Amino acid sequence: MNRHENEKLETLLRTAIVPIGDSELKHDLWPQMLVRLEVGVARLSWFDWALAALVAAWILVDPQTILALLYQL
Amino acid sequence: MELLERFSRGEPEAFETLFRQFQAAVYAWVLRIVRDRSAAEDLTVETFWRIYRARARFDPSRPFEAWARRIATNVALDYLKTARVELVPWTDSRAERPPDPAIRSEVAAGIQRAFSELSPKLRLAATLALIEQQPYNEIAEALGISVAGVRVRVFRAVQKLRRRLKILGIEP
Repeated sequence: MNRHENEKLETLLRTAIVPIGDSELKHDLWPQMLVRLEVGVARLSWFDWALAALVAAWILVDPQTILALLYQL
Repeated sequence: MELLERFSRGEPEAFETLFRQFQAAVYAWVLRIVRDRSAAEDLTVETFWRIYRARARFDPSRPFEAWARRIATNVALDYLKTARVELVPWTDSRAERPPDPAIRSEVAAGIQRAFSELSPKLRLAATLALIEQQPYNEIAEALGISVAGVRVRVFRAVQKLRRRLKILGIEP
C-alpha cells in the first residue's frame, strides 16, 4: 500500500464526509450554563449515594452501629 | 489578581468571563468532532461544567484554551462512545453539508458507514486530521498524546477504513 493510495482514500473520504464549514456559535450558551450549574450543584454524586447505601446496609446488619454513629456525630 | 488565578480560586465572575471568552472556540472544536450543532452546544456546556468542577486543579500559569480543549476532546470522545450504538451516525441528515454530488451516493454511503464503524478514538483522530485537516500538533495536545501517536491512530484508521471498504466492494 503506497502513499498515493492513501492520499486517494483521504480525498475520497473528504468528498463523502465534507468538513464542517461554518462552525460559528449562533447564540450565547451562558443561560444553559447557569441551568447546568444549578442542577450540578444540587445533584448528589455517586460517591455520596454509595456512602449513604453503605451506612444504611451497615445499620441493617448491625443496629448497634447507629449508637456508635450518633456518638461520632 | 489575574483572571485565571481568580477562576482557580473559585470566583464565579471569573468563570463567567472565561466562559464568554472561550465558549465559541470550545464549541467550534467540539462541532468538528461530533458534527452535530445541537449535540455540540450541549457538550460545550458539559465541558465548562467539568472545567468548573476541576477549577482547583487548574494551574493559572498555563494556557486556559489548551486545557479547555483537552477537556472538550474528552467530553466529545465520551459522546462518540455512547453514540456508537447507532449503526450509521454519519448519514446525510446528521452531516453539516451533504456529500459531494460528484461521487455516487452508494459510494458515499459506504464510506460514511465504514467510517462510523471505526472505534471512537480512531474516528476522532481521523475526523480532525483527515476531514477537518487540523494541525497534528493541535490534535496531539488536545488528546494528550504525542504527534507520533496521532499519526499512528490516523494510519490505523486509514488501514481499517480501506479493509472495510474492500469488504463493501468499494475500491478507492
